[in-house]
Order: sequence, then structure tokens, then C-alpha cells
Amino acid sequence: MHVPDGFLDAPTSVATGVVAAAAVAVALRGARRELDDRTAPMAGLVATFVFAAQMITFPVGAGTSGHLMGGALAAVLVGPWTAVLCLSVVLVVQALLMADGGVTAIGTNITLIGVVTVAVGWGVFVVLRRLLPSRIALVAPAAAVAALLSVPVAALVFTGLFSVGGNAPVDMGAVATAMLGWHTVIGIGEAAITGLVVGSVVATRPDLVHGARPLLVERVLETRTVATP
Amino acid sequence: MKAPAVSTRRLFVVALVVSLLLAGVASYYASSHPDGLEHVAEQTGFIDSAEDSATSDSPLADYRTTGVDDARLSGGLAGVIGVVVMLVVSTGLFWLVRRRDPSDADADSHADSHADSHADTR
Repeated sequence: MHVPDGFLDAPTSVATGVVAAAAVAVALRGARRELDDRTAPMAGLVATFVFAAQMITFPVGAGTSGHLMGGALAAVLVGPWTAVLCLSVVLVVQALLMADGGVTAIGTNITLIGVVTVAVGWGVFVVLRRLLPSRIALVAPAAAVAALLSVPVAALVFTGLFSVGGNAPVDMGAVATAMLGWHTVIGIGEAAITGLVVGSVVATRPDLVHGARPLLVERVLETRTVATP
Repeated sequence: MKAPAVSTRRLFVVALVVSLLLAGVASYYASSHPDGLEHVAEQTGFIDSAEDSATSDSPLADYRTTGVDDARLSGGLAGVIGVVVMLVVSTGLFWLVRRRDPSDADADSHADSHADSHADTR
């Protein structure tokens, strides 16, 4: 969903630029709590993986394709603040090096893909973690559901931005319906990739998965309680 | 707790190799159809408002390496360069941002980071 230059007018692009800059500034402070000597290289690899995975566009029918956004994936693996920074680095490198996503649209793309998908992805994941039984095996399915929802929500936020600052007079109802429909299908791909990747890391090293850590702490405490005579 | 079955280093190497293979090899087989947003823009009539990016003359624009004619090589090289740039920039950023003072570490990871730094000194 990389927005090119020209779709949105200058005031809207400036506004999303301010939102993106503020989000990155807050995330830089928040990420400090999530990153240490072990998780910092992990976060670098997550950002690198998201960049690589975004190159794999998959067909979703009718001559249309989609690719991973990665907000929910990064948030569950390395924490939401670090995830905002991961996606921001991906989007800046893509815009400057690969001409993927506009340069004046960097703020818009960071807002949509770096902030909205991370916020929705992490929010849904945390709610599910609270509602579901405290089991490590449920981390990947919860991440997949969070990923599924993050994509159509980002599509709706784009539609909102376009209705305010779109540079072409089009039927907004048609845009909203089409954006929501296609991005729900793309969300299924997002869910599949997120579930697979989070599931693989949880299966090998659950201690490295940010979203799984509270469950591990509970598990350790339970074990100790049982072991004490 | 028992020692993890897969070392951190091994997991990181696997993640890097997977990223290189995705960007360098698998990307050639990716769909070249317009993405969801482009498709909607075509359907509803605002695709023409798109403008060329200021970086569209970049040597790696559109994930193709300028001067490399073979499509597989051109795309794969751009992907691998992108992965290397991503790894350096993002790991560098996160290494700078990370906490160094053990006193403000999260309670749950305090013991871990202490053990790690202990192991590193050997």
C-alpha cells in the first residue's frame, strides 16, 4: 500500500509528515525500554526481514497483488515502539533507494504502514492475549488475527486521508468499498505470513519474542511454585 | 531454565539467510500485478494523479539495478543491496537506542541481560 507522490495534496502530506515525525520521536523513547544488547540485533533483523518480505508480492486475484506490511509481525516480535522504528527505516530506505513509495509521501506511508498497522496489530494482539488462555501456543494465532485486521484498517485510514486531501475528484464510497475489499483479502496473506514467522520463532526461541514474554514469566513462576516442597 | 535448543546466533544467521534469499532470489518470482492501492486507483480513476518519485532515477529504482540487463540479476542484486543497507542502518539505529544502564532494564529481562554480559566477558 505504498502511497506514491501526488495522490495526496501538500497540506495532507505535511500533516501526515508531522504525525509520522511525532510518532518516530515517541517511539525512539519507548524503544529504549524494549531494546538491550540481545534484542537490538534481533530488531535489526526483523526490520531487514520485513524489507525482504515486502519484495514478495503475492497475487490476490483480478490482476491485483499484495505484500506483507509487517506491523503486527514486528510488534509481536520486538515490541510496538521498536516496530514503529523498524517500519520507518524500511519505508525510508524503500522511498530513497528503490523509489518505492513517494518521497513527499514518506510521512503518509510511515503513518499508514509504520503507525496504523503497528497500533492495530499490537492492540488486537494484547486484547487477544488477555482474553485467550495463557498459552505460548496461542501467540502465533493471536498475531495472525492481529495482522489480518491491521491491513483493512490501514486501507480505511488511507481512504479517510484521501477524502480529505485527495488530488482527484472520485466517488469516495467506491474508493472505500474497493480499498476495504481488496485489503481484507491481502490481510489473509498478511495473517498467514505473520502466523508462520511468529510461530517459527516462538517454537525455537520464545524468550526472544516480545509478545510472548509475559506468558513465559507466568510459566516460570508456576514451575517454581510446584517445585517448592 | 534449560539451555535453548537454538542459539541466538544461529537464529540470527537463519533470519539473515532467509532475508537474502527472499530479496535476492525469490523476489524474481513475485507477482508483477499492481498492488491493492494501485488497483483501486485504476478502478476508481485516481491513478493519473500519481507522480514520479524524486528518486525515480536512483540506480536501484523499482528494485532494478541500473546497468544490469539480466532481469533476474538486476532485481536480485537490488534486493541484496537493499538487505545489506537495511541491516546496517536498522541494527545501527537500534544499537544506539538500546538501554545500557542495567538499572532501567525491564524487570523480566534483567537477569537475562546480566547473564549475557557476564558470558561476553569470558
